[in-house]
Amino acid sequence: MIDREQVLHVARLARLELTEAEVERMAAELSGVLDHIERIGELDLDRVEPTSHVVALENVLRADEPAPSLSRERALAGAPDAAGAGFRVPSPGAS
Amino acid sequence: MTTVTTTPVERAYEPTIGLEIHVQLKTRTKMFCGCALSFGDEPNTHTCPICLGHPGTLPVPNAEAIHFALMIGMALECELSPRSIFHRKNYFYPDLPKGYQISQFDIPLWGHGRLGDVRVHRVHLEEDAAKLVHAGSSGRIHGAEASVVDFNRGGTPLVEIVTEPDLTSPAQAGEWLRLLRATLGRLGVSDVNMDEGSLRCDANVSIRPLGTADLGTKTELKNMNSFRFLERGVAAEIARQAEIVRGGGQVVQATIHYDPTSGTLTPLRSKEESHDYRYFPEPDLVPLAPTEAMVSRAREALPELPAARAERFERELDLSADTARLLAFRSELGDFFEAGLADAPSSDEGGDADPAAANGAGAETDPRTLASWITVELVPRLGDADPADSAVTPAALAELVRMVSAREVSGSAAKEVLDAMAAEGGRPSSIVAERGLGLAAADELGAIVDRAIDENPDAVEKIRGGKNKAMGAIVGSVMRETKGRADGGEVGRMVRERLGLG
Amino acid sequence: MSDLVELTAAQAAERVRAGEVSPRELFAVYAARAEHEELGAFLTLADSAGEAGGDDLAEKPLAGVPLAVKDIFCVEDVPTTAASRILEGYRPPYTATAVERLAAAGAPMLGKTNMDEFAMGSSNENSAYKPVRNPWAIDRVPGGSSGGSAAAVAAGLAPWSIGTDTGGSIRQPAALCGLVGLKPTYGSISRYGMIAFASSLDQCGPITRDTTDAALLLRHLVDGGRDPRDSTSVDFPERIELPSAERLDGLRFGVVAELAEADTIDPGVKALFDQTLARIEDLGGAVEEISLPHTEHGLSAYYVLAPAEASANLSRYDGVRFGLRAGDGDLLSLYERTRSEGFGVEVKRRIMLGTYALSSGYYEAYYGRAQRVRTKIAEDFRAAFERVDLVVTPTSPSVAFRLGERTQDPMAMYMSDYCTVPMSLAGVPAISIPAGLSEDLPVGFQITGPAFSENRVLGAAHALERAIGFDTSPPRRGAAAVGAT
Ligand SMILES: [Mg+2]
Ligand SMILES: [Zn+2]
Repeated sequence: MIDREQVLHVARLARLELTEAEVERMAAELSGVLDHIERIGELDLDRVEPTSHVVALENVLRADEPAPSLSRERALAGAPDAAGAGFRVPSPGAS
Repeated sequence: MTTVTTTPVERAYEPTIGLEIHVQLKTRTKMFCGCALSFGDEPNTHTCPICLGHPGTLPVPNAEAIHFALMIGMALECELSPRSIFHRKNYFYPDLPKGYQISQFDIPLWGHGRLGDVRVHRVHLEEDAAKLVHAGSSGRIHGAEASVVDFNRGGTPLVEIVTEPDLTSPAQAGEWLRLLRATLGRLGVSDVNMDEGSLRCDANVSIRPLGTADLGTKTELKNMNSFRFLERGVAAEIARQAEIVRGGGQVVQATIHYDPTSGTLTPLRSKEESHDYRYFPEPDLVPLAPTEAMVSRAREALPELPAARAERFERELDLSADTARLLAFRSELGDFFEAGLADAPSSDEGGDADPAAANGAGAETDPRTLASWITVELVPRLGDADPADSAVTPAALAELVRMVSAREVSGSAAKEVLDAMAAEGGRPSSIVAERGLGLAAADELGAIVDRAIDENPDAVEKIRGGKNKAMGAIVGSVMRETKGRADGGEVGRMVRERLGLG
Repeated sequence: MSDLVELTAAQAAERVRAGEVSPRELFAVYAARAEHEELGAFLTLADSAGEAGGDDLAEKPLAGVPLAVKDIFCVEDVPTTAASRILEGYRPPYTATAVERLAAAGAPMLGKTNMDEFAMGSSNENSAYKPVRNPWAIDRVPGGSSGGSAAAVAAGLAPWSIGTDTGGSIRQPAALCGLVGLKPTYGSISRYGMIAFASSLDQCGPITRDTTDAALLLRHLVDGGRDPRDSTSVDFPERIELPSAERLDGLRFGVVAELAEADTIDPGVKALFDQTLARIEDLGGAVEEISLPHTEHGLSAYYVLAPAEASANLSRYDGVRFGLRAGDGDLLSLYERTRSEGFGVEVKRRIMLGTYALSSGYYEAYYGRAQRVRTKIAEDFRAAFERVDLVVTPTSPSVAFRLGERTQDPMAMYMSDYCTVPMSLAGVPAISIPAGLSEDLPVGFQITGPAFSENRVLGAAHALERAIGFDTSPPRRGAAAVGAT
């Protein structure tokens, strides 16, 4: 149903690091759930429109009027690694 | 019999170029939150829980950004989607606070359109990423160890314009991008400044054997942040691809970074999943279905666009195609030009007792002459600056042009007058009067011409013998004597008259 | 003053208005109980009601009756974790609209209640901090994901509470704890400040001791009109009335054959369901069988759509701007370690499921089809409401199960949502009220109406509630932690 390789691929897409045991377990559990889910494959849905929203709304917009921003101190308050003026991260591509 | 093919190998391939342009809109606030837009402010001083992607926050679209995007699609003659939706484009990057970008996917705001010779594939709305400031010494992506994220830019409204692959040379790509920039600038929806990143361009480049229809494998050049870099980068990539194909190889699909300083092309590391963006409809937003009121408000806001203006300059004012485009594509030059023409010579000065007002008063301002004074004389003096911000007013330049036409000042003296105007402003008639730059009066000039004839018997002999080139010596002498206040043509006419050559 | 905790919130408000107790005293009574609770119902307790206005609260509509708030709602500077390690220590810079509105109406926050991590679960065993126990039987689960909110109210640790419902997370724990739980029409209550699980399904709603309290909270949640900070929120088209119906004359009730007859329904639950149908008829209502043919696929559609949306909603937990950070110095490990250490097993499972369903090549087969099933389910409900006024089902297929009983079998756990998921997919309002006890454990009865028919739903629920006479002052085991059998 869903194999090791697929589990690893999806985990990388989702930025999750799985242990070997988790990979095995995930493959089995996801396969079980997908087995159930795949029953929707039996339905004839060709002419059915998809619903992403049950609320029938359109054009909900906001006037272009500035609202107060956070102070920098406040913005950085919860940062695991605040570096003076910003949020520090390892550079992409480094390592 | 042997046929020798002399066609250079490059000529055997035809480049195909498509552009993807991101335009930052100059709304007051961000796309989905109320933070004011900023450029160059202290890092992380324009953020809120929404644009920092805090848990529980929700986006609400900025009506003005949608208005601007409607104007852009109209200017590019695109087809409006009656109902477009936003999607989430999922990927992890430190400049993307939510782990997805709100963008549009299968139903963009605008579909097919056209600008000039190039078909537009789509126009859609999205939000800008934040800025990663590399803390490493090199300042480049590779090699730096730590970076700092500044979320001021994050969430700025962006319009993405994607063209069809209709461009066939780097120069054409550059020229078209200039037209696009002029058009967007004219709409007033963006600063369209490539240095500051309010206009950014990626290029999709492929080559194919001449005469074939199938497109070759394309590569994507990222962030060509000036017209020159775009042209150079695309040219370098075409050369690189031609080299590969010549060597019997195959171009591999890749994203390529062009380093303008070294001119090198570096394919970026591509992870296999990097293109799996897992787009799905953004459940926090509702569809966008522009109403008649929204559409007509955008239509009413549309000014005359550069392509139409250039065409009008050519047709109605008889400007050359190049001059018309230069004036129209740099809207500020076009505006200056039209303001100068609008300055009717007799009406604004009419009845004025100032004798200087009489200067050039009798003449119309010739559009071609005014255009050429702007493009040939004024622009080199001001560079990229807007002439509206200079000391030269459109009225003053028009007056100067009329004075030249009315032979009140010589062409060369007029350039000196323009220098003075550019340096300290003022009216040309006053400058001419103050500096004594007016053309020498007929009596005075007659005497000087007579003297020049006397002093140059050899030249006179040659002129009589039909060697008109010799006229230069006499005219030169008159010019020296009058310090340039004479009209060369007029002097020639006087000499011939005096020599009985009519 | 311990008799205070026997009162419903509306009754407590009456006492405050009568000057018999002050908001401060009321707050103190509950705060003391919440502080010594042993059910694991609370994650954080508020300092006092003083900051929220103290005794001035008596003048406000909700009269200072303190509110337990699911830890999924952001409250400025108050630790908000969604019961996840990844948000340990996180203090939001802003407050959720729902909490703000109820505070403004005079219901100060008592504390933040425990829940399944990011609202993913049906047993509250997925909290990263501690499981919640059911005050009716402490070896059993309270249901989930709003299990802390339900346990707190059931045990008299709080007069009332708000939770969130994505596929049953208010209704199922209310059922398992013998309470009233209402999931309003999607869009009625602002989601701003409610930590997102599945954005197109998440709705805030009350968990209370009776329908009057539920109506009171709902009224003040929707009274301010649509929230300009939530694009998907709407103006509720009418005022929420306090329910007063005693009879059900003229109302037609549709029994969903596919849900009521399913072999997954416990016999004890089924027996109480049938008893309740008989009561409906006693009260003058008409009962007929109806079919919602696509509801049997509701769970499948739900377990595609909700994880897919969740996979994106949870991408922001990346160790950059707030919350936990791990990793060994490169960016990939920052992301992968932070998220692997920060998220629990169930959250990872759903992120994996959702990411898979959206990934290249699978979108149409899973997400696309699930959205179409959703359309069919919504159509089923619309068709049903042409024939009947209200649709009724059991809330949960079983009574509260034992801790650990279903943790090893995700699919068995997911089946707990079998009867509640279709209403979430259709976005229609649904309430669970206690129908009685089976094996000495509460059983819920679910009543569903068309969009924005909350007054009708509450009215019918009120009439049944009166007729059933379920004892809303259950054994207060939370504070005493006496085992039950
Ligand atoms: Mg883009
Ligand atoms: Zn912001």
